[in-house]
Amino acid sequence: MDFQIEKIAELARLNLKAEEKAKLSKEVAGILDYVKSLSAIPTDQVAPTSHVLNLENVFRKDEIVVSEVRDKALKYAPHAEGNFFKVPKIVER
Amino acid sequence: MKTFPQSLKEARPGSRELLESLTQRVHELNPKLNAFLRWNNGSHLVPEGGVRELSLAGLPISIKDNICIDGLETTCASKILKGHIPPYDATVISKLKNAGAVIFGQCNMDEFAFGSSCETSAYGPVRNPWDLERVPGGSSGGSAAAVASGMTLAALGSDTGGSIRQPAAFCGIVGLKPTYGRVSRYGLIAFGSSFDQIGPMTRTVEDAAILMNVLAGHDPKDSTSANVPVPDYTKSLRRDVKGLRIGLPKEFYGDGIDPEVRASVDQAAKIFEKLGAQIKTVSLPHTPHSVAVYYIVAVAEASSNLGRFDGVEYGLRVPAQDLKEMYFETRDQGFGQEAKRRILLGTFVLSAGYYDAYYLKGQKVRTLIREDFTNAYKEVDLILSPTAPTPPFKIGEKMNDPLAMYLSDIFTIPANLAGVPAISIPCGFTKSGLPIGLQLMGRAFEEETLFRAAYTFEQETEYYKKKPNI
Amino acid sequence: MTNDEVRTTKYEPVIGLEVHCQLLTKTKLFCGCETKFGAEPNSHTCPVCLGWPGSLPVLNEEALRLGIKIGLALNCEISGRLKFDRKNYFYPDLPKAYQISQYDMPVNGKGWIEIEQRAESREQRENQNPMPSALCSMAKRVGITRAHLEEDAGKLLHEGIKDGSLVDYNRAGTPLLEIVSEPDIRSAEEAYDYLTSLKAILEYLEVSDCNMEEGSLRCDANVSVRPVGQEKFGTRTEIKNLNSFKAVQKAIEYEIKRQVEMIEAGEKVSQETRLWNDDTGKTALMRSKEQAHDYRYFPEPDLVPFSIAQEFIEGLRKNLPELPQARTNRFTKDFGLSPYDAAVLVQEKKLGDYFEACVKEKANSKLASNWIQSELLALLNTAKKTIEESPVTPQALAGLLRLIDNNTISGKIAKDVLPLMFETGKSADAIVKEKGLEQVTDTKLIEEIADKVIAANPKSVADFKSGKTTALGFLVGQLMKETKGKANPKLANEILSKKLASLKKISK
Repeated sequence: MDFQIEKIAELARLNLKAEEKAKLSKEVAGILDYVKSLSAIPTDQVAPTSHVLNLENVFRKDEIVVSEVRDKALKYAPHAEGNFFKVPKIVER
Repeated sequence: MKTFPQSLKEARPGSRELLESLTQRVHELNPKLNAFLRWNNGSHLVPEGGVRELSLAGLPISIKDNICIDGLETTCASKILKGHIPPYDATVISKLKNAGAVIFGQCNMDEFAFGSSCETSAYGPVRNPWDLERVPGGSSGGSAAAVASGMTLAALGSDTGGSIRQPAAFCGIVGLKPTYGRVSRYGLIAFGSSFDQIGPMTRTVEDAAILMNVLAGHDPKDSTSANVPVPDYTKSLRRDVKGLRIGLPKEFYGDGIDPEVRASVDQAAKIFEKLGAQIKTVSLPHTPHSVAVYYIVAVAEASSNLGRFDGVEYGLRVPAQDLKEMYFETRDQGFGQEAKRRILLGTFVLSAGYYDAYYLKGQKVRTLIREDFTNAYKEVDLILSPTAPTPPFKIGEKMNDPLAMYLSDIFTIPANLAGVPAISIPCGFTKSGLPIGLQLMGRAFEEETLFRAAYTFEQETEYYKKKPNI
Repeated sequence: MTNDEVRTTKYEPVIGLEVHCQLLTKTKLFCGCETKFGAEPNSHTCPVCLGWPGSLPVLNEEALRLGIKIGLALNCEISGRLKFDRKNYFYPDLPKAYQISQYDMPVNGKGWIEIEQRAESREQRENQNPMPSALCSMAKRVGITRAHLEEDAGKLLHEGIKDGSLVDYNRAGTPLLEIVSEPDIRSAEEAYDYLTSLKAILEYLEVSDCNMEEGSLRCDANVSVRPVGQEKFGTRTEIKNLNSFKAVQKAIEYEIKRQVEMIEAGEKVSQETRLWNDDTGKTALMRSKEQAHDYRYFPEPDLVPFSIAQEFIEGLRKNLPELPQARTNRFTKDFGLSPYDAAVLVQEKKLGDYFEACVKEKANSKLASNWIQSELLALLNTAKKTIEESPVTPQALAGLLRLIDNNTISGKIAKDVLPLMFETGKSADAIVKEKGLEQVTDTKLIEEIADKVIAANPKSVADFKSGKTTALGFLVGQLMKETKGKANPKLANEILSKKLASLKKISK
């Protein structure tokens, strides 16, 4: 099993506690073990399904629609300053 | 005590008295059931005058807490969206409002619709009105319990792998998952975008048809919304199944079905036969792999859909020294265990080196399952199965075994994988008095056939008349 | 060998560029919000581009149309069928924590453009020393790997904020076409030329503002070096934060040097992303390969696939405007311009348009080319105006050039007239009449003045007689001065020469 919980939790931006890590790691491994059964099904000639509908070419016209949600969006935001959203310092580490 | 109408049909148009009486019932029952997360008394919204002609004039419809309502907190029963107030209405909410409906409370659910029991809600589990020790099913368990207990007349649920049908079965009500693309997803907080559908949860098949008349239809805001004409679904409510070909998929009737559920569904097939339908065995050879496909493809989509809950724009933000800490702490503290489990799983199956073996493989097997349905529908018009393999289970029973929990959706997931419509209707009770549900699956955009068969069975059996003693 | 020589003779750089071009649509790629630059922060936003839970994207048909148009101009294979994918990563300017992009079915597949290798000639032009035209147009083909549609991110503001960053999502969701080149570029200069050629094409198509300062055109560079003769590519680094074509060129030069020095010192170049700093003129590590993102691409379930009919593609192809290359060829062929001059005029579409308008008003084409490139551009530069803002219209310039062509005024006088036209907006005719600047072509009059000049400058005449031919120039100058520059210089020259020659004979 190649499931490395540290790596995946980092990708998913989850700061798991040690005991959580052990438990989730075991559970996810169990599920992955279950879904492995699919590997026995021959699918070389099968196209993948991304959409169940045979729908294509859904467009909109290039026309302006004014939405005016900014004030609400900023009002409900965890942290806004002026007309901006605000986030804590970005530190690469 | 005055008796109040039990269905949308009877209640139309709604009245202040109706809403007040329901309000009172919510006050009494919700503390026991925890079906509503927020319950906003909408009685002032009873429309007057001309609007009473609208199809849902003054009628209370309760909303699963993953459908956005302008100005009302919407949390998906997650801590991470606590305090989140959408600045817009989902398309289905606009449609309900335009039809005169009263938005009557927001229903508890599994966190982000991740679950089959409503135990993963961050705001406490929902209880089954038929047995308070048991789960109402999930993820739309709050909607199901609210309808079943008579706290509301109808509710909206969402169904990604059975989240409307399984709780409908567990609570003895009607639940329809429409064809993928039939009802707009705009404003539904996404779980598995290629699976999710909003649908009605009601006491009667007729009510489901009435609601579908309002909900269905093309929405230019949803690229996956089909531009297929919407019939008047109430016109399909005829007691007539003569000549309908109903298939029993042999793969569904193996081990693992509770004997009482099995007996009840066998009985249902006999009733259909007696009413003139042709019953035959069909094969959906790849459906035993449905749960595996689903737990790859749907969780992959979910892991991506839930990335946006990062504390930047909405919902929870854990105060932090820097951005990275904010991300990790907000998501760690904001998501519950099941959400984390699925995010990890979904992130893994998409990650470099594993995509082909898991995600792509899952998508390919999904194709095979779709083809199974296409082939089966050459022989039959409908497919009949139990909605869930067991009656409602005890709270806590499956919480430590995620896989066992996932397998409780084994009969409902195939319809989501294929995008076809499916309805769950009551088909009896266990000896201990727990409801059992029957699932009918139809061809894409043939909800009418589902309604006709379901209506015929309902009127014949009248299970819907039995109410939980609460 | 000097370091520079080591660099250029022992190693060959291999460069590929990724250019992001904002498409000139009215609204964003997946929602109806306006794309205009410079609006109030977050005012052009809606649930979709803010990534609010529950919102869904719907593709802007114009963005796809423009994307295909560019693909056609870049000689790309246009996909009959395309889809969108999600690129997942966390950053505060990315509201959904994924960018809707295209992974394995982009709108445009392989293509190429031809670049004019004018790097040296450009330098020489800056030194007012035009290159012989034969060397100017060695065309080279640079392959295009793909060009795909994707949505832009928002903007982060850090400056002057101690405790965090501010986020403006106005830009989020703006349609971009990412144009990825093959690693066919072999020098920093070539990279510059590739960018100018690409920019010219985009301008001709009128699909983008192409403004690097406003960010409507952005570029990342992939750079590696390999020993000359080696086939295998060296380890590449990706350079970001390149805010101008000049920066691209300087950063690549720096990076080549850095990599060669590392290899020469026995070190290994590591695969990493580096940031260019325009102030220090250096690149610095941004993230290593280990820290590289795992974007977890997968098909965007919220958008359906798209099929593009061949007739639609052919319709767009038919309606493509004339592109720079074709126009350059036409200018050389129809107007007799040197390839270099043609390329300069064509590079900036508006300049080419100005030139053509001028020629249309019966200006001599070579004269027009010279005057636009030298006198007019100099005036515009000084006044900090663009060609479109020129107070002298192409029609007016043609008026001036016609006066030169028909000998009404000399080129020298014209050089005085143009600034007046520029200042006053008056026509050349009016100014010439007003100031009485018509050229003197009256032979008799010029002869009279020539006699006067000869009489007044005996020393110069003597010099001439003793063989100092330069004295002729001085005397012609005196004659021109007498006539306030209006004498036809050719006539003046002829008449004086003749007179002096006869004097010489007499004195013998």
